[in-house]
Amino acid sequence: MSLLEVEDLAVHFPITQGTLVSRTVGHVYAVDGVSLTIEQGETYGLVGESGCGKSTLGRAILKLTEPTRGSVRFDGRDVAALKGEELRKARRRFQMVFQDPLSSLDPRQSVESLLQEGMKAHGLTGGHARLQELVDAVGLPKGSLRRYPHEFSGGQRQRIGIARALCVEPDLIVADEPVSALDVSVQAQVLNLLSRLQAELGLTYLVIAHDLAVVRHVSDRVGVMYLGGIVEEAPAGDLYADPQHPYTKALLSAVPTPDPEAEDRRERILLAGDLPSPAAPPSGCRFHTRCPWRQADRCATERPELRQLEGAPAGHRVACHHAEAIKAGTIRPHEVDATLVDEAAGFPVDGPDHASSVQEILGR
Amino acid sequence: MSALLEVEDLKVAFTRRGEPDSVAVDGVSFDVQPGEIVGLVGESGCGKSVTSLAIMRLLPERGNRVTGSIRMDGDELTALSDGQLRERRGRDLSMIFQDPLSSLNPVITVGLQITEVLTRHRGMDKKAARAEAVELLDRVGIPDPRRRLDAYPHQLSGGMRQRALIAIALACSPRLLIADEPTTALDVTIQAQILDLLKQLVAETGTALVMITHDLGVVAGLCDRVNVLYGGRIVERAERHELFRAPRHPYTHGLLGSIPRLDGPPGEDLAAIKGSVNDNLPWTSACAFAPRCPNALEVCTSVTPAPVEDGRFLRCHNPVGAS
Repeated sequence: MSLLEVEDLAVHFPITQGTLVSRTVGHVYAVDGVSLTIEQGETYGLVGESGCGKSTLGRAILKLTEPTRGSVRFDGRDVAALKGEELRKARRRFQMVFQDPLSSLDPRQSVESLLQEGMKAHGLTGGHARLQELVDAVGLPKGSLRRYPHEFSGGQRQRIGIARALCVEPDLIVADEPVSALDVSVQAQVLNLLSRLQAELGLTYLVIAHDLAVVRHVSDRVGVMYLGGIVEEAPAGDLYADPQHPYTKALLSAVPTPDPEAEDRRERILLAGDLPSPAAPPSGCRFHTRCPWRQADRCATERPELRQLEGAPAGHRVACHHAEAIKAGTIRPHEVDATLVDEAAGFPVDGPDHASSVQEILGR
Repeated sequence: MSALLEVEDLKVAFTRRGEPDSVAVDGVSFDVQPGEIVGLVGESGCGKSVTSLAIMRLLPERGNRVTGSIRMDGDELTALSDGQLRERRGRDLSMIFQDPLSSLNPVITVGLQITEVLTRHRGMDKKAARAEAVELLDRVGIPDPRRRLDAYPHQLSGGMRQRALIAIALACSPRLLIADEPTTALDVTIQAQILDLLKQLVAETGTALVMITHDLGVVAGLCDRVNVLYGGRIVERAERHELFRAPRHPYTHGLLGSIPRLDGPPGEDLAAIKGSVNDNLPWTSACAFAPRCPNALEVCTSVTPAPVEDGRFLRCHNPVGAS
C-alpha cells in the first residue's frame, strides 16, 4: 500500500465581492483535480512555475488548506475527513518544511523551545540528549540549542526548520521550496542533508520547487504541474530523457545549464505569452493557449487525462491528446501568438489587477 | 581596441559613525569592450550589485565612500558633476533592475515613463516620442503596444514589466547597459524569453552589456567574459568556455560543483562548499575564501593572494589543477 494516495484533489478559492453582504463572484482554481501516489521511502518532486498551484497542493495534502473536493489517504486513512483533535494527532506523522526559514520560525523562541514545542504537543519526551541528537543530525554547530533564529545564517535556519519537522518523528515531510531562498553553495549543503536524512531515517518526501534541476536531483519521481493540474508524471531520469508533454519540453529547454557548449547547441522552445489566470483557466487542455503543437480538433474543448503512452516506461504518464504524434514528429511546432493576460478582464474583483499568487488575489 | 568602460580599483565602503567601515567592494577592476557581454557573478553579499550602483553613481550620497576610477570612453565618470552625469545616464549608459515592479513608477503609465526619457534626452516632441515608444515596445516583444502605452505597471505581468523596463533602458540606444539580476524574479520560461531578447538586442544594436547574476547557468549561455566575485574582490576572470571547462579558483570550482545539473547523474551527493559567506576572513591579511576552501594551505590564512594575469585573471595561492 502506498503511504500517500491523493485522488481528484481540488482547491477552489472563492472570490467574493461586496462589503456588507459578500457574494461569490468566481473561483480561483488553484488545484483542480490532481491524483498522485507516493510510496514509502520515495521522494516525489512537484515542479511548476509560480501560480500553478503546487504550494496549494502541498498545503491541501497536509490539510493546512481545506480541499474543495477529493480525498487524501495517508497510510490508508482519509486525512481530508479528519477534524480537531484527531487531525492534530495525525499531523505528527506528516510535517512541513517551509520556504522562508526566518518567517516560519518564531523569532522569540530559542531553538530548544522551538523543537520542544512540537514534541510536547505530541506527548513525546524531549530530553536534552534527544534535542542535541537532532541538532547534530542536521549539522548545526554546538551550542545552537540556546540560540535564537536571528543568530543563524539562512542555510542554518533552514536546518532548524528541518530539525523542527524531524523532532516528532514523521513519516512524510512536505518541503515547499526548501532551498530557493538560499545561495547555491549553501543550497547544495541542504540538498545533501535532505538525502542523507532520508537514507538514515527512511523518510518519504514530497518536494515542491520551481527549479527543475533541484527537483530532478532529489526526486525519484517527478510531477509537472501547469495551472492546477499535473500534465506529466515520470521517473526523474525518464522525464529528462524523454519529455512527452509540450510544456515539459519547453520547461526543460528553458532551464539554463552551467555549460557554455550545451548552451550554444541548445534549441530553446520559447513559450509565447504568460501563464493564464487561474481564476479564468482556458477551456480544454489548460496549456492550449501557449502550446506550439496545438491542433484544431480537441485541444480547446476536451481536457486530456493522464495516460501512459505505448512503449513508455512504467509510471511515465502524460496528459496530452497528441503526445504520440508529437513524439513521432508527425505534427510540427508552429508559431503561437502571444496572448497577454489581462487580469482585469479575467474576473470582476476589486483586488489587485495582476496578482502573482492566489494569496494576493484573496488579499491575504 | 580601446575599452568602452574601464573600472579600476573600485572600492566602496559603507561608513557608520562609531563603527569600523564595512567594505562591500574591495578593489574591483574590469573593462568592457564595445558590444561585449561581460558577466559579474557571485553569491549574495559579494558586492556585485554595489559595483553596478557605484558605476551608475546611484548609491546614497551619505554613508559610503567610493574611491577608484570609472572611465567611459576615457571620460572619468567619478569626476562629472551631477548634472553632467544625468545627461549621460540613460543616453550613454543605462540600467535594468531586478524587480521591475518596484523600479517602475506605479502611478504613471508605462507610455509616459518611456516618452519621458525620449523627450528629456532626445528632445523629441510628444507625438514623435509616442510613436517611438510604440516602436520600442514592439521591439521588446510586447504585443499590442499601442494599447499597452496607457497601461499602468500593475496591469502588466512580471515578464511584460521587465520588457517595459528594457524598453526604457534602450530608449536612447545606450552603448552600455547594466542588467542587475534581470531575470531572478521571473519564472524559467519567462526568463528564457527575456534572455533571448537581451541576446538579440545586443546583436542588433551593438550595445555592450554588463550582466550581474548569481546564476552560473545564465552566464554560461550569455556572457563573453565572466568575472567571479567573492567577498568584494574579483577572484577569477576568464572567457566563458575557458572558465566553465577548467575553473581554476576553488570558489568557482565549488560553485559549479554545487549546482544540481539536469544532465548530471541523479541522486549523488553534490559537492557543496562548506560554511557560508559569514565565515569570510578579511582580504587585508588573508584570502577571504580560505575558511571554506578545500584547497586551503597555511599561507592562505596569513597572506593576501596577489592577482595573477596569466591568460586569465586569478587570485589564489593554490588554484585547482596546480600540482
